Amino acid sequence: MVSGVTAPTRRQLLSAIAKVGGTAALYQAMTTLGHAAETQFHGPPNLQGARPGAKVIVLGAGLAGMLAAFELRKAGYQVQILEFQNRAGGRNWSLRGGDVYTELGGATQKIGFSQGNYLNPGPWRIPHHHRTLLHYCKQFGVALEPFIQFNHSGWVHSSQAFGGKPVRFNAAAADFEGNIAELLAKSINAKALDEAVTQEDRDKLLEALKGWGMLDNDYKYSASLRASSHRGFERPGGGGVDGAPIPSKDLYSLHDVLDPQVWTSMAFFMGHEMQTTMFQPVGGMDMIGKAFAKQVDGLITYGAKVSQIAQDDKGVTVSFTDVATGKASQAKADWCVCTIPLGILGQMDLQVTDEMMAAIKAVPYSGQVKIGLEMKRRFWEEDDFIYGGHSFTDQEIALISYPNNNMFKDGPAVLLGAFARDMGAYRLAGMTPEQRIEAALAQGSVIHPGSYRKEFASGASVAWSRVPWTLGCCARWSDDARKEHYQTLVGMDRRIVLAGEHASYIGCWMEGALLSSIDAITRLHKRALEA
Amino acid sequence: MKTILLATAAVSLLAVPAVAQTPPSGDTGGGVVRAPKPITGEQVYGAVCQACHMADAKGATGAGTIPALASNPKLAGAAYPIMVVAGGKGAMPGFAGTLSNAQMAEVLTYVRTHFGNSYTKPVTEADVSKIAKPPAAGGH
Repeated sequence: MVSGVTAPTRRQLLSAIAKVGGTAALYQAMTTLGHAAETQFHGPPNLQGARPGAKVIVLGAGLAGMLAAFELRKAGYQVQILEFQNRAGGRNWSLRGGDVYTELGGATQKIGFSQGNYLNPGPWRIPHHHRTLLHYCKQFGVALEPFIQFNHSGWVHSSQAFGGKPVRFNAAAADFEGNIAELLAKSINAKALDEAVTQEDRDKLLEALKGWGMLDNDYKYSASLRASSHRGFERPGGGGVDGAPIPSKDLYSLHDVLDPQVWTSMAFFMGHEMQTTMFQPVGGMDMIGKAFAKQVDGLITYGAKVSQIAQDDKGVTVSFTDVATGKASQAKADWCVCTIPLGILGQMDLQVTDEMMAAIKAVPYSGQVKIGLEMKRRFWEEDDFIYGGHSFTDQEIALISYPNNNMFKDGPAVLLGAFARDMGAYRLAGMTPEQRIEAALAQGSVIHPGSYRKEFASGASVAWSRVPWTLGCCARWSDDARKEHYQTLVGMDRRIVLAGEHASYIGCWMEGALLSSIDAITRLHKRALEA
Repeated sequence: MKTILLATAAVSLLAVPAVAQTPPSGDTGGGVVRAPKPITGEQVYGAVCQACHMADAKGATGAGTIPALASNPKLAGAAYPIMVVAGGKGAMPGFAGTLSNAQMAEVLTYVRTHFGNSYTKPVTEADVSKIAKPPAAGGH
């Protein structure tokens, strides 16, 4: 290997393919090599050559809107962004000590968190395959750190199993797998699968069940050092005289581990979007929104409440009022990228086709609730050895999620005391902020009985159904609505194109918003050059 | 308030809880949630409708508007509100499949006779079943 021709590395090969055939060829080649089939991102859009003087108005300064503005300005367009709030970022948002948040209905919270602590009411974790978002985070200088998604030491709580007491994830999962492995081994040994599986595969399967399910030589899942090596020990191995480990004796019953809370907690981490590695921005999720805002500095008009979007052969006219003064204005442009959430957009006076209007009105929104609780000390770390990750419960709060940063530090830390959805979220959202905190403390105390109330310092909650600028958290397409309306919704309606997570198949994720934005502006630019 | 909440939770848990499974995609928590099942119209209103329409049923306005149910003449006939609750409207999801026809009937009767509304004819489960369609397939 000292001299002569060496085979190109995979990276060199791919880079050569990209140079010769462009990114589409690269993507094809990567897919053929069993790689990269997990994203539709093929690089930034690289738009060029806008007609001189062509103007685009972007509605909404969330990530989709700001990315559209950034890329279109680079392509040569004049860009103006109208934003309802006095803040850029949209649902990319963090609440910190000193912030004041007023929800619909008028309840106002003054956030009391200590310096450096925060709650991310909206997005809070980034999958490693959300390449668009990761690309722009890198380009715009957003520092990312690991988000501890999967923690075997978290608690699993079901009101209907294990006597209503929380159990460790690793123990519940090990006992679920052990019990299933034992049952399957029993069926094989009882010749119940002889017709379905060849002798050779039966032998291999038995070996797998023993190894995966930690069965003993009799294919039983029993209290043993083998089982304990997955589920945890009564006394773990140590040094010296009492160094020998003692296995845990009381395995959970099949009946208990079949409670759906166990397998749904396990299956949760198998979902493509939930697989590790995941990331979060250092210092709070809104570091991303702030970095995007810096790139479109000067383009955003804040406090602009849009009421009407009209269009004709010549251009688009957007009517809006200044939220603070009530002063009515109009903005004109050649084209419009509209990222306003559908529930709000559907209430406006829009000059679009009937089909587009029907599509806008066809998508309901979810209403998740998040509650941040600042605790005086990290009792989950100090008492339970939980460093990041989640505990799951079947109560309304659904989970407790532990902070991923500043581990081992003294002083207060904020944990996520609720990520409620569906019926749990409706119930919490209907409460006053004070009632929500009380509910979160009562329910969280089931998981951490000794410390939860004792260490509580202050809390903050965001019920997305009451967020004034979205009226909901995320677009929730039904399969029927997708079939009937999606292509209309993402299609250009003369001079207007919609973008945002609602115009994607990666709903409820920043990645969906960005991919939708890139697709929308690419088509808009093409249309503008053809016009 | 604390004792009231806890007492309500304890009583409601005796009712059959709805087990909602994690939707297939979108950023949500894991596991199952067994929210206490509301039964009376007042309970359903508090546990569900109030999340958006507010405790006083007056709705609210931000960038968009959540309509008031209080003193709302659109509630005079039962068909329209049944259609909206069961099938959804704009950002509001339909509740057919999430709430039972009995729950929808109870809450519609409650709202039509409270908050400044006095449409006294009760909405029945049979009224709802005539209009409420079975839920469409879920997903994002």
